[in-house]
Amino acid sequence: MTTRALKSPLRLSEVDNPSSLVARFGPADPLRLDCGVELSPFQIAYQTYGELDARKANAVLVCHALTADQHLANRHPVTGAQGWWTTMVGPGRPIDTNRFFVICTNVLGACMGTTGPASINPETGRPWGLDFPMVTIRDMVRAQAKLLDRLGIDSLFCVLGGSMGGMQVLQWAASYPERVFCALPIATAAKHTAQNIAFHEVGRQAVMADPDWRKGRYAEEGTRPSKGLGVARMAAHITYLSEKALHRKFGRNLQDREAPTFSFDADFQVESYLRHQGMSFVERFDANSYLYVTRAMDYFDLAADYGGVLARAFQGSSTRFCVVSFTSDWLFPTADSRATVHALNAAGGSVSFVEIATDKGHDAFLLDVPELFATTGGFIDAAARARGLGPARLISEGMVSGLPQERAEDRIEEARPARSSSKAGSGR
Amino acid sequence: MNMAVLSLNEVASTRVDLLTVAEMVQPGSRVLDVGCGDGALLELLSERRSVDGRGIELSQAGVNECVAKGLHVIQGDADTDLVAYPDDAFDYVILSQTLQATFAPKTVLEHMLRIGRRAIVSFPNFGHWRIRTHLAFRGRMPVTETLNQAWYDTPNIHFCTIRDFVALTQLVNARVEKAVALDQAGHPVRVDAPWWFWNIFGQQAVFLLRRG
Repeated sequence: MTTRALKSPLRLSEVDNPSSLVARFGPADPLRLDCGVELSPFQIAYQTYGELDARKANAVLVCHALTADQHLANRHPVTGAQGWWTTMVGPGRPIDTNRFFVICTNVLGACMGTTGPASINPETGRPWGLDFPMVTIRDMVRAQAKLLDRLGIDSLFCVLGGSMGGMQVLQWAASYPERVFCALPIATAAKHTAQNIAFHEVGRQAVMADPDWRKGRYAEEGTRPSKGLGVARMAAHITYLSEKALHRKFGRNLQDREAPTFSFDADFQVESYLRHQGMSFVERFDANSYLYVTRAMDYFDLAADYGGVLARAFQGSSTRFCVVSFTSDWLFPTADSRATVHALNAAGGSVSFVEIATDKGHDAFLLDVPELFATTGGFIDAAARARGLGPARLISEGMVSGLPQERAEDRIEEARPARSSSKAGSGR
Repeated sequence: MNMAVLSLNEVASTRVDLLTVAEMVQPGSRVLDVGCGDGALLELLSERRSVDGRGIELSQAGVNECVAKGLHVIQGDADTDLVAYPDDAFDYVILSQTLQATFAPKTVLEHMLRIGRRAIVSFPNFGHWRIRTHLAFRGRMPVTETLNQAWYDTPNIHFCTIRDFVALTQLVNARVEKAVALDQAGHPVRVDAPWWFWNIFGQQAVFLLRRG
């Protein structure tokens, strides 16, 4: 396909030389991973929005989900799509960039500029592939903490994120309670369930069953396991929606035809939609990264690090929590969020919790759900008052730091209504 | 009750039953308000009593309002969520005008006395004379100013009288430390009056309980 020929070099160049800010950590500054390996050198690609105040008290860390990246509120350098969380972050949004200094890092193991399996292994001069050490959610958070150290930010006003981003939020609150004033874990869980591990395993097996995967050495062999990764994405995408949302969107409608063709062509709209989701995903994501980051989620079990008692992870914490779930989310159902809330209650923590009624499934956290913004906006605003942060200032676009100059135009573009399907497609 | 410390303006602008509850709470204590609504009582308690407050509320709108006020409130249900709280987690667990809407009032009260060192319960008295006369003379389920929904619409599924509640406290082995009945105007009914008198003239009641 011509688009692939055009976009692949662009995607690959993002792996080592991202078109965002990047912090490089040399041999003197290794990252100790849970698997025992000391990763060095490594780099963290990140994006910032807004301005850090003089007290360095208004920093907000946004943690992204499985396949998203640091480009949360600007045009994506590979796909050209608008940022994946412009509903939540931006001027006048719940995370108001006229008020807060927002940081978003590409997670460890991913493929948009932070070190991962697609990065070049300095010892061999070849992509890491499966030689890359296994990373965990805690490792991702450790890497983020190292970046904050470098930026001179001791404490974060807020850490927030949905899905895998929410796992990082919980890990942040457990690992660095003194650095987190308030935490907003959305549509997430303190552990990955058997069902979720099962879905991930299906995805990984699809990738590895693709003959073009070449035991992870596809980059050197000039192949790409697009079929396998596409199937993995198709299966995963179903879990991000709800039965009701699928029915509302597609029903049994046929795709550009009057009658079934009695073939395995994409007769149904839902088939066509999923194939599109799979195909567009492989244009922007690395197959090995998909294996690593899904594995990191599987390994996540916060309570396990605290003798099996989740409440101990939050004992003595003064962080203010607001936990959010969605009624139709069957990937991270409300019961998962309630378990976190109960643990926080048992630990005597300051916790609010809301279950938002929507039929949009797990994806709801990325979509235009007014109740989500009412809850998070209210929570953030009250916490900011408690922290002594002033109201939003009117900042000219030119003062937005960390963004290349052309980003001001993107802001105008962002004001246009976006197709929700494409927006959600890149957010997790 | 020492209502004199509150100015007339404050009394006029705040529900008297909430003030009565607030009077029972020691300053600086840890409080769980079950069925906290829009957070009015929690706000009152944090302003007047400097409590460390938490809330549980069923409605999303109520939770959102509370969260926006900076209160710590979880969306949940007295019937299902109290079980998850550890013993002695709070100094007071408050159930304000919610007891009659729970599925299992006795179980809820038992959990309150387990989670909190003390429990405060306020409820509308179904033994009030107006309700009695309504039922006696019209032969229909009472609809009054404060209980203004028809029987098929009301969330209040477990009404009780003051005497019923006193019997329940004995059943769950709780001790009544303090009790106040408020008349129609929101004034406390004579303190030295016997239960039967309260049960007729008290429109609502507020009880401070502790484990027996």
